[in-house]
This record gives sequence, C-alpha cells and structure tokens, in this order.
Amino acid sequence: MSRIIVITGTSKGIGYELALFYLKSGDIVIGCSRKESTILHDNYTHHSLEVSDEKAVVKMIRATKKEFKRIDILLNNAGIASMNHFLTTSMSSVEKIFSTNFYGTFLFSREVSKIMMKQTYGRIVNYSTVAAALRLEGEAIYAASKSAIENLTQTIAKELAPFKITVNAIGPTPVKTDLIKAIPKDKMQALLEKQAIKRFGEFEDIKNVIDFFCSEKSDFVTGQIIYLGGVHN
Amino acid sequence: MRNKIEKIIIETLIELNEELNNENLKNPSSKTKLYGASSALDSLALVSFITDLEEKLSEEFDEDLILADEKAMSAKTSPFRSVESLSAYILSLLEK
Repeated sequence: MSRIIVITGTSKGIGYELALFYLKSGDIVIGCSRKESTILHDNYTHHSLEVSDEKAVVKMIRATKKEFKRIDILLNNAGIASMNHFLTTSMSSVEKIFSTNFYGTFLFSREVSKIMMKQTYGRIVNYSTVAAALRLEGEAIYAASKSAIENLTQTIAKELAPFKITVNAIGPTPVKTDLIKAIPKDKMQALLEKQAIKRFGEFEDIKNVIDFFCSEKSDFVTGQIIYLGGVHN
Repeated sequence: MRNKIEKIIIETLIELNEELNNENLKNPSSKTKLYGASSALDSLALVSFITDLEEKLSEEFDEDLILADEKAMSAKTSPFRSVESLSAYILSLLEK
C-alpha cells in the first residue's frame, strides 16, 4: 500500500531528492516550499507556503487529511542556514532562522500529529545538524535553532508515545546543497576534519537513516538523534 | 450561532464518549464540565476532543480554527472548563 508522506521544503536539495525517490517507490508525497512546485508527478501535491505561517500550515494539513484520510510520515526537512559571527548577527536573521527551522517544525509536527493520533500510527523525522553537537563557531544561531528542534523532538516523543507516533531526528553532516554554498572552502574543510569519517554526506546517507526511522519495524525507536559521520554530543 | 457551536461540541463529546464510556459524559449539556477538577476529560482525552472539535468546526464554518490556547490547561481560566465557556471562546474566535 502507498504511504502518505508529507515533506517540507521540496523545491530543492535533500527534500526534492527525497520526494522524487519516494514517488518513484510508489508512495504519495505532499510537499511544500515558498515557491511553486518543481516536481511534476501524478502522486505529488504541492502547497506554496511559508512553513512558519500557522494558518497556511493548518490549511495544508487539513486539505491533506480530506484527500488522503491519513498521513503516515512527516519529514520536517525545510531549513535555512546562515554563517556569521554572533557579534555581527542581526536580529532579523535570528528571527528568520528560528521561523523556518523551529516554528516550521513545531507547526507541522503539531498539525500532522493530530491526524496520526487518531490513526494511532505515525513517524515524524526532524532535522538537526552536526553543527549543534559540535558547537561550531560561526553557526551559533543555526545550531541553536537545531538544538531547539532536538529538545522538541525528545519531549514530544514522550507526549506522542501513547498514540504510537515516533519522533526522531537526523543530524546530517554538510551535504553539497544550496544550504552550504556560501560557506568558504577552508571553513568547510575544517568542519569535515571534526567528523570521525571526514567526507561530505550524500543523499543516500540521509535517506538510509530516514528509512530506518520510518520503518514499521522501528516502533520501539523514538526520541533519538542520529548524527552522521561519527559526530556525537 | 452560539447554539450551533454548542450543538457541535455536544455531538463531538457524545462521539468521543463512545470510546471513553465516561459516566459524566453520558448526557452532555451546556453545564457539563470538561477539564479541571471533577471534570469529564483527562489531559489525553482533552487533546483528542480538541482535535475532533477543530475538524468539525472547520467543516461547519469553512474556517480553519485553531483551538490551542496558552490557558488551555489552566483550571481557573481555561476555555475548556465547560461546554458553555468553550462555546463562548469559539464564538469569539469566529467573530475575530
């Protein structure tokens, strides 16, 4: 049976690749991004919205429930990054990063959980980063927003456990996507040196962990943060 | 409008009680206490009730209401104290 998967941030990068992969595997994907859809597929539905817009998120998830009757998986993939010394970080940049990363994850998790709760089944995967575990200089705000997501993940894992909803997070290493294109090469190399396995992450590395979290067999795995590349807290 | 809201709340409670089998919810009325001391719902049942109700209200009024409220779990001021207080709260949201 096709799974109903909601993925945020599907216009490019990992979200785009994941959406295409699951569509090819026969799943039904409902995605969103600020822009119009970049995916054309019979089993793909797109919503153009800001993930921090409460009304728009509620509308999208209610429309999804109406059409498909259930949601099996939520991947809170949408995220933005910004590298800056904290002394030169503007307040508006902090607001933007927390809006997309934390508020977006909160809103989608809340709305989708309401549906998963009734079906007493659900898999939620949130996105952290190795920058949170490594306390990377220059990434204070980005990492703080992801640390907030880690804590949210572990607390709501407890609150949602009675409904058989699991909530976990993946902490990817840098992957060659738009998210890191503005970061200087030497900084990126220094970051890779901090990993046990010193290479960029690939789409397959991320998909592997997401598949593990989303497997029906992973019903005893919740509140976990898995970092790639041998990074730990 | 208020009667209509109250009717939806009561319908939702009756449906929910098919699972809960709670004596206090057998014949819900505007005076039925929902959440707080000596009330009908525990916190998990309240969460189920709120999500069911949000869905019903959005179908009925064609508006995506969000009933989450910072006072939701407060016994004294929660709009979820009784059917009556909840009706008033929903009406205020719809009139916004």
